[in-house]
Formats: sequence, C-alpha cells, structure tokens
Amino acid sequence: MLDHIDMTKLIFGRLSWEAIPFHEPILLITFIGVLIGGIAVLGAVSYFRLWGPLWRDWITSIDHKKIGIMYVILGIVMLLRGFADALMMRAQQALSFGDSAGFLPPHHYDQVFTAHGVIMIFFVAMPLVTGLMNYVVPLQIGARDVAFPFLNNFSFWMTTFGAGLVMASLFVGEFARTGWLAYPPLSGILGSPDVGVDYYIWSLQIAGVGTLLSGINLIATIVKMRAPGMNMMKMPVFTWTALCTNVLIVAAFPILTAVLGMLSLDRMFGTNFFTNDLGGNAMMYVNLIWIWGHPEVYILILPAFGIFSEIVSTFSGKRLFGYTSMVYATVVITILSYLVWLHHFFTMGSGASVNSFFGITTMIISIPTGAKIFNWLFTMYRGRIRFEVPMLWTIGFMITFVIGGMTGVMLAVPPADFVLHNSLFLIAHFHNVIIGGVVFGMFAGINFWFPKAFGYKLDDFWGRCSFWFWCIGFWVAFTPLYVLGFMGVTRRMSHFEDPSLQIWFQIAAFGALLIAAGIGSFIIQLVVSYLRRDKLRDTTGDPWGARTLEWSTSSPPPDYNFAFTPRVHDNDAWADMKANGYTRPQDGFVPIHMPKNTGAGFIIAALSAVIGFGLIWQMWLLAGAGFIALMAAIITHTFNYKRDYYISADDVVLTEANRTRLLDSHV
Amino acid sequence: MSEISHNSAATMDASPSSRYFVREHHPENGTLLGFWMYLMSDCLIFACLFATYAVLGRNYAGGPTGAELFDLPLVAINTSLLLLSSITYGFAMLEMQKQKVRTTLIWLAVTGLLGAGFIYLELYEFVHLIHEGAGPQRSGFLTSFFALVATHGLHVSFGIVWLITLMFQINKHGLTPENGRRLMCLSMFWHFLDVVWIGVFTFVYLMGVLP
Repeated sequence: MLDHIDMTKLIFGRLSWEAIPFHEPILLITFIGVLIGGIAVLGAVSYFRLWGPLWRDWITSIDHKKIGIMYVILGIVMLLRGFADALMMRAQQALSFGDSAGFLPPHHYDQVFTAHGVIMIFFVAMPLVTGLMNYVVPLQIGARDVAFPFLNNFSFWMTTFGAGLVMASLFVGEFARTGWLAYPPLSGILGSPDVGVDYYIWSLQIAGVGTLLSGINLIATIVKMRAPGMNMMKMPVFTWTALCTNVLIVAAFPILTAVLGMLSLDRMFGTNFFTNDLGGNAMMYVNLIWIWGHPEVYILILPAFGIFSEIVSTFSGKRLFGYTSMVYATVVITILSYLVWLHHFFTMGSGASVNSFFGITTMIISIPTGAKIFNWLFTMYRGRIRFEVPMLWTIGFMITFVIGGMTGVMLAVPPADFVLHNSLFLIAHFHNVIIGGVVFGMFAGINFWFPKAFGYKLDDFWGRCSFWFWCIGFWVAFTPLYVLGFMGVTRRMSHFEDPSLQIWFQIAAFGALLIAAGIGSFIIQLVVSYLRRDKLRDTTGDPWGARTLEWSTSSPPPDYNFAFTPRVHDNDAWADMKANGYTRPQDGFVPIHMPKNTGAGFIIAALSAVIGFGLIWQMWLLAGAGFIALMAAIITHTFNYKRDYYISADDVVLTEANRTRLLDSHV
Repeated sequence: MSEISHNSAATMDASPSSRYFVREHHPENGTLLGFWMYLMSDCLIFACLFATYAVLGRNYAGGPTGAELFDLPLVAINTSLLLLSSITYGFAMLEMQKQKVRTTLIWLAVTGLLGAGFIYLELYEFVHLIHEGAGPQRSGFLTSFFALVATHGLHVSFGIVWLITLMFQINKHGLTPENGRRLMCLSMFWHFLDVVWIGVFTFVYLMGVLP
C-alpha cells in the first residue's frame, strides 16, 4: 500500500521548478528587484540591530495605535503593487492595437487585472480603512484600547499574511486569471486547472478571518467601551460610520468565507456546487459572492464618509450640520446595502420584476447619500473654511463622488445596464466612486490624523501636489473610459483591432501617469515631512483646532491614551471641553491597567499562511503538519492567563509632566 | 444603554474639575458580546450552506435521493445524543455556579462523550453513504448535503477539543472568573450547534424523505 504513495508528491504537491517564472522577463526583473530591496531592508534592520525592538514594540504589539499604523503601512505598500498593475494595464491597452501585441501576453495580462482588483480592494482599501478605524475609534470614544487587544494583533497578521500569499504568487506559480470575483465555471478546476485560483481563495480566506475578527472587535469596543456620558447619539460621526461598517463586515464576510470554501471544495475534491453538470449551479456562486460584494463597497465608503464629516466640521470651524440625519443616513445605507446585490448581474436573466426591484432599491440608496452631501455643504455654508490639505481632499471628493454616484444611478436602470454592462463605462463608474470616495477619503484621513499619530504635521506643499495630481489624473484617466464605454468597448481586453479607439486609451494612460505623480508626491510628502519634523512639530495635541476626543490627548498619545477617562457631555466632546474651561489634571494619577504584548497572534497567523500555501500546492504533509502546529499554538495560547500589567502611577506622572512641559513651551 | 454605563462605569469624584474626567474607570467586559457576534457570523456561514442546500437539494443528477438514502432511526438517535448533551452541559453550568469543580468536570465529561457519540454516528453514516456510491461528488444534492452536515460535524469536533482543553484548565486553575467566562462561551457555542442541528434534522432529513 505504501508503495503507491509518492513521497515527492506528498511533500511538494504540485510545486516544481516550472512554477518559478524564469521565462517571463518582466517577472524575473521584478523578482530580482524585490530580492535586492528585501536584502537591503533585512540588512539594514540587522545592521542597526532593530530585530529586537521590531519584535518587542511592533510585531507583538497589541496597542491599537501601533496596529493601526501597521495596517496603514500595509495598505500603502500594497497600493504601490496594485498601482504597478494598473500602470501595466494602461500601457498595454494604449499600445496593443492592430499589429502590435503590446508587451503583456494575454496569460499574463489576465493575471494583472485580477491581481489589481483583488489587491486594491482587499489589501489596499481594507487595511487603510481598518487601520484608520483601529487608530482613531478608541481615541474618539475615550478608551485605552480595543475590547480584544490580542485579537486585534492577530487580525492584523492574518491580513498581512493573506497579502503575503498574493505577493508570493508573483514568483511561485501564478495568480488567478478570472477577474477579481472568480466566477465559476471559469474558476472551476476545468476552466482554471493551475494554482492561480487557489492562491486567490486561500489568500482571501486567511485575510477574511482577520477582517471578520477585527470587525467583531471594533463593534464590541464601540458598544462597551465608550467614555461615561457618551451615549449613542453623542458618538462622533466617524465612530458611527465605523460601527456601521463593522456591522457590515460581521454580516458580510462569513458569506465570502462560505462561498470561497465551496469553490475550493469543487476544485480540490470534485464536488458539484458550481459545476455545469451533475446538478451544480454557477448562479449560486454569483449571487452569494455579490451578497458579500455589495456590502463590501459600503464597508469601504462608510468610514470615508465619517472621515469627511470630521474634516468638514473641523475646517469649517463649526458643529457638523444635521448630525442626527447623518447618523440615520449611515444606518439606512447599512441596511439598504443588503438589498441591492442583484444589480451586479441584471443581464443574467432574473426577469423583469426581480430586476425592477433591485433597480429601485439601488436608486433609493442615492437618497441618504445625497442627504450626506447636503449636510457637508450646509456645514461649510457660512463656515470659516480653512483650505488645508485634508479639506482639499474633501472638496475634491464631493465633486468627484457626486458624478460617480450619478453614473451609478444610470447603471441602476436595468435597460441602460443591458447596454453598459461589462463595459468600460462600468469600470469608469466604480473607479469614480472608489477613487473619488474611498481613496480620497483615506488620503484626507492620513493627512488629518498623521500629526496625532506621529507628533508632526505632513508637509503642505507636497500634500497639495499629491491632491492635484490625483484629482486631475483621475479625471484624465477615467473620462476616456466613460466615452469608450458608451462606444461599447468591453472590459478586460488585452488587444484591440479598431485603431480609432487608440487615442482614448493613450489619454487614459497619460492620466495614469498623472496619478503616479500623485502617489510619488505622497511618498515625497512623507519623506520631506520626516526631514522637516522639527518645524512641523505639534506640541499642543490639537494642531487643527478640532472637535473630538482624540485631540484632547498628546500627539502622539501615551500608551494609555488618557491618564483619566474623559467624561462626555456633548457630541463634539473636545470642542465642549475647550469652550467650557477644561483644565488638564496635573496630579492624583493612579496605576493604569493595560494588556500585555504577545507573539501568539503573529505565530498563529504565520502557521495559517503555511497551511494556506500547503493547500494551494496540495502539499498535504505540509498542510497537515501546519494544522497540527496551529491547533497546538492556539491551545498553548489559551493556557496563558497572565495577559495584563499595570503602568505604575509614577510612570504616568512622568509622562504627564513631560506633556505639561511641552504645552508650556508652546505658549 | 447609556444609563447602565453611567452607573456601572463611573466612580464619581467630588472635585469640580472632574466635570470632564473620571479618576477610575472600568469599562465593561465585552467577551460575551463579542462571542455572540462571532456566533451570529458563524450562523451566516450555516445560512449560506442551508441556502445552497435549498437550491441544489433536489438536483439528484440521476443519482440517489434523500428518501432512498436517509436512515431516519439512526439520525433520530444521533439527534437525541446531541440534544441530551445540551442538557448535560446545562447541568455543568449549574454546578459551576455552585463553584463545584468536581461535578462540573463530570458533567462536562458526559457532554463530551455524548458529543463524541454524535460524531461517531455521523462518520458511520458518511462512510456508509460513500460506500454505497453516494459520496459528495455524485450530485449537487449530495454535495450540498455533505457540506452542510460535515460543517456542523466539524464544529462539534472543535467544540469537543475546546471542551477537553477547558477541562484541563478548570482542573488547573479552578472555577475562576476567567474560566467561568470561557465555560459560558463554550456553552453558547454548544447550544448554538444544537439549534443548527435542529434545522439540519428538520430541513435536510425530515423534509428530505418526503416524496
């Protein structure tokens, strides 16, 4: 019996030297670049003896602030990868006309557009959103950490290792060639026999667990850990949007887990969920994935709405107009986002009545969204507006997003959708709302809260460059796609025959270069700000004259956030404190109870990635050993009962005295 | 909600500057709420599997039907084992509230054994079905059947592993507040699986044997 088991197969599964893309020069050069860069970074870390601090202060950290920062760094790094994909696509489509085949073979091009979508949604937008929520929400509600600090660290590492698997697919094997939602039967084992779809499945499963747990964590934090006096209707709007987003996460991500689980069973064990024969039903997949997928876009946009709300009221020097209607609009959007999923496939034959229902619900969503836009406008009306960089992003968002929203309403009309479905018009539409909404929101948020996180503001000039390049670049890149969409050009093409279309793609490629300049400016902004940090220093903790609790503590905040928990009387708590003679307590400090760092989250997440890699390549031995190690690690972790410590009152006194000195030096 | 957090969380301080802060603040523990939310998210995974079974459950593809395959007496025994284990878990919780370590452990052990019996019978049924050529690859019906029932079975298996781990921890540290909280979480998990199984039994087995 044992003779039949091939040891090589058991250990290496499907992996062989052929999986390493020696024959693809683009990948090979990228790989060499990554290798040199990686060695340089590792060398630098070793040279400066940073491994210890890195492990103690960051990798094992359960401080929500550090985890938030790490999420944002992950998002920015992955943005570079996802945007490199975008540049390649724009270049390919601008070149590949008539006799010219461009520089990407279809096999490679299909991976590029799939990876672009997956990375931008799961590993750029999600980490940026989660990172900002992680950093800001506990501070806004006057808490010292999240409800489950260890889980927070674990969630972050699951997301990161999920991203790691996607990156690994560049150099070991290949990524999916199916589009970012991997519809069967194309993504089934007959349509995609290689490992691409498996990379897709397992990276999303691993990252998905992290996202789900961080959703649960933040809900429990917001529900249970608000400062005394902060009832639901006194919560800052960003916290409200974070709450709704996390409710959406908890209610949507299990569906993704389930549907990807079924797809992987079809692929690995030949079951018949979504196959064409033996009673499978591929439409089941399309429905389920969009029941997750539509809420997902609201998961991304709601926190952006929250960020804009904070920024508009801060930089207009006014209380937010229509707080209550803003909260209700957010909640209504949360609920409606579950009733519209079918608009993603009007053309798939559901019939007129069903299409009408989903068309109408989709149009209804524009009502609460419109209410929000008017609230922001009325907040600005007769405000003393300061056009700082976060405010620029906000105004850019309001104009861009409204247009994106209107093209969305066009697509919500089923007969129009039959014409525009799967065309570049759709691509232009969703980039219009995701870049104009989510990306602008994240840049606004990063510029807004950076001084809180690092103690100095970001450079103004490069911030403005970044904004204008992005905003103009976006319109130059995507207006041609609207035009092409009306002409009937479909998405995901790597080659065109009609030369009259080429000029539009060339304009779009130029727009992508402008966006590249925007990203470049942002990186320069980070570097310049670091170099000029003494000039940009924020000693007050409240550099913008803002209104919510995170600005009441120092920049950066101490480990424990607040020496004493704030007591809240108004929904702009910090504005209320400033207006009514709050004096900072100088004595009477008590020891503070804090959670202790642990490496368990990193280890468990790393083992999950090992299992994922084993399952992708069908290395059953590795996957099995990984699973046993995983269970052992989890059980061992549960035997650790000493998970907290106290910051002594003396340390608190010292930290607070430093802050007092800093505040005095400012005046 | 706000009333509760006012009273339980804030310790009043007499000095006037304390209008804007409290000197000692102990936020509520969120573990049970968090675990509830996890259970509801898990419930959605089951909801997807139920929905898939609803769509694919009659796609026999020329293969055997539920009426031909299901052995109701066996499933009835199985069901009663699981329901009984929920009751015995309840007994364990009662003993925990009386702070009796030994009897708590005994009832937990009984619960675990009943759970193991459930898993044994389920595996027996699976092996039997596969042996008859009615494995998960045979048809859409069997695919969705195996996925739903086996996902539930996997949950019960993890529940048993958790239960054994917890028994060791109770033995080591006693019925501390932390262990009490863990017992409570596992209790919710166990009863939740029970409820899901009632759905499976009704929707898959009972309705499956209808003509």
